[in-house]
Amino acid sequence: MEWTDEHRMLRETVTKFVENEINPFVDEWEEAGIFPAHELFKKAGELGLLGLTKPEEYGGSGLDYSYSVAAAEELGRCTVGGIPMAMGVQSDMATPALARFGSDELRAEFLAPTIAGDKVVCLGVSEAVAGSDVARIQTKAVSDGDDYIINGSKLWITNGMQADWMCALVNTSEGHPHMNKSLVVIPMDTPGVVRARKLNKLGMRSSDTAEIYFDEVRIPKRFLIGDEGGGFFMQMLQFQEERLWAGANVLRGLERAIELTIEQTRGRKAFGKSILDNQVVHYRLAELSTEIEALRALVYRATEEYIRGENVTMLASMVKLKSGRLAREVADSCLQYWGGMGFMWETEIARMYRDTRLISIGGGADEVMLSIICKLMGTLPEKKKKRS
Amino acid sequence: MIIGVCLKQVPASDSRIKIDGSGAGVDASDLKMEINPYDEFALEEALKLKDAKVAKKVIVLTVGGSDSEQRIRDALARGADDAVRLDDAAFAGSDSLGIARILAAAAQKEGVGLILAGKQAIDDDNSQVPAMVAELLGWPQVTVVDKLELDGGSFKAWRQSGGGVRDVVTGSLPAVISADKGMNTPRYAKLRGIMMAKRKKIPVYDAAALGLDPASVGAAGAKVTQVNWSEPPARPPGRILSGEVPSMVKELVTLLRDEAKVL
Repeated sequence: MEWTDEHRMLRETVTKFVENEINPFVDEWEEAGIFPAHELFKKAGELGLLGLTKPEEYGGSGLDYSYSVAAAEELGRCTVGGIPMAMGVQSDMATPALARFGSDELRAEFLAPTIAGDKVVCLGVSEAVAGSDVARIQTKAVSDGDDYIINGSKLWITNGMQADWMCALVNTSEGHPHMNKSLVVIPMDTPGVVRARKLNKLGMRSSDTAEIYFDEVRIPKRFLIGDEGGGFFMQMLQFQEERLWAGANVLRGLERAIELTIEQTRGRKAFGKSILDNQVVHYRLAELSTEIEALRALVYRATEEYIRGENVTMLASMVKLKSGRLAREVADSCLQYWGGMGFMWETEIARMYRDTRLISIGGGADEVMLSIICKLMGTLPEKKKKRS
Repeated sequence: MIIGVCLKQVPASDSRIKIDGSGAGVDASDLKMEINPYDEFALEEALKLKDAKVAKKVIVLTVGGSDSEQRIRDALARGADDAVRLDDAAFAGSDSLGIARILAAAAQKEGVGLILAGKQAIDDDNSQVPAMVAELLGWPQVTVVDKLELDGGSFKAWRQSGGGVRDVVTGSLPAVISADKGMNTPRYAKLRGIMMAKRKKIPVYDAAALGLDPASVGAAGAKVTQVNWSEPPARPPGRILSGEVPSMVKELVTLLRDEAKVL
């Protein structure tokens, strides 16, 4: 990975943005269970942070994905997981398909203000009956002249309480579950869109997560992203960026967990010596630091290949799998060495323990990543044919 | 009007400074460098004046080696139009007066009508260069300014003069103003600025280009010589009082009065 002076300056801008615009407010937002998305995203948009890799005609910077990775990495300096996640949805998870496949008209109407931070976006894929098994979603968009009528619901929607529009995956026809889906733009003020409730979560508490219903929601067909029936494919592509982004975003937080734990265990004495002086502790922290560096190397390699235009489904799935597992391992080990203090709600290590748990679930669970990797390795048992 | 901003790179404010093996300077090997924080206020003020169309151009003036280019690029990324780096083997060992001579010559060469600088650099904390630059150019100067207004060919500057008293100084341009904390909030580099800075050339001026006599700058022209560097004495260990709170308070007050002599 070649890091230029421009990457360095971007990293510095993101670092300052985190230190001044996010970290001082984290406790307040965690307590409130929501953060001022429009206000914060507007500031990020003015700095150009929401459209690093997006086309310049819509206010983006048209850069390669290494810039998103650099920004995601420094955004990991947030002392909370919910805010970077919410920003990641806005910049790298809900917008890649629109940027790549959307019509000019649609991009001008929805992508440009999202990059500018004037509109907040959410990604509507998961439903009560279908999380990681994306093909099973039930929400339907039925053709009615020049419109679609949408009925169904979406669950665990990040930014859902504040979003102005949703990039939603819906079924636009019957047929093979990989060929019957489409991505559509649903403005959240359309009649029939109901933000049913803000969900109460284990972690990522500062980020608002919603359950959303669609009751006879009518949208014009021009809100279709790309081709009808191409939704599953586009969402799978969109997941590539989401997974690389998530891998890059986790690194600094994990390093911070190690640093905080060194500080904490050095200062705390038990049985005549500091906790850190126990070999089991300092060796463990050394081992975990090594793992973090190995994950960083994997993220960078996957990013390089992605920039070269290679198919990185396997590497991105490995990034996602390892990020979630390592984050859980680091947070759990560190919390253990914090002892009773680690079990206190308000400590940063406890927050990290809660927040990182999601990484192994959201954006495709660990087990789905394993399935994808197995499929590409050719080791996934073939499905048994149904007996007639 | 062209505003010149004097910009110096310094070790990051949270650095742990070590003296090098020879005892004649700082070991810079693993120091993270940044723009002197007071210079950031000067730069921001210049950029605000440009935004308000009071100034036509902002040019950064930096005395330093090629390692200072990253800081110069940072300033360009925030919105400075141009920059010059002032570098010559003859500049090595300059004292404050030598640096001031170099900056004054660069300001003249670039046709600068207002110089903004930090009130001091946080590495050696001399607070001498802006005043010396003003003297060399024969321009009015106000130091430690936290508010500045320009009106045509004149300026109005506010400064804390101690004891809660605030001076308001007026004068004519060209002038030298040194910036204090509180003058403004420095902006971040926007991505657009970062990508634009990439394309800018940073010319390097040596003594000849600035019309300077090499004997007037660097070690040759220095009136101040640094003899030796040493670490400050280690801080004595703290004391933790024990016992009941009322007796501890009494003991604390006694210690503060009789031993520490701060009461």
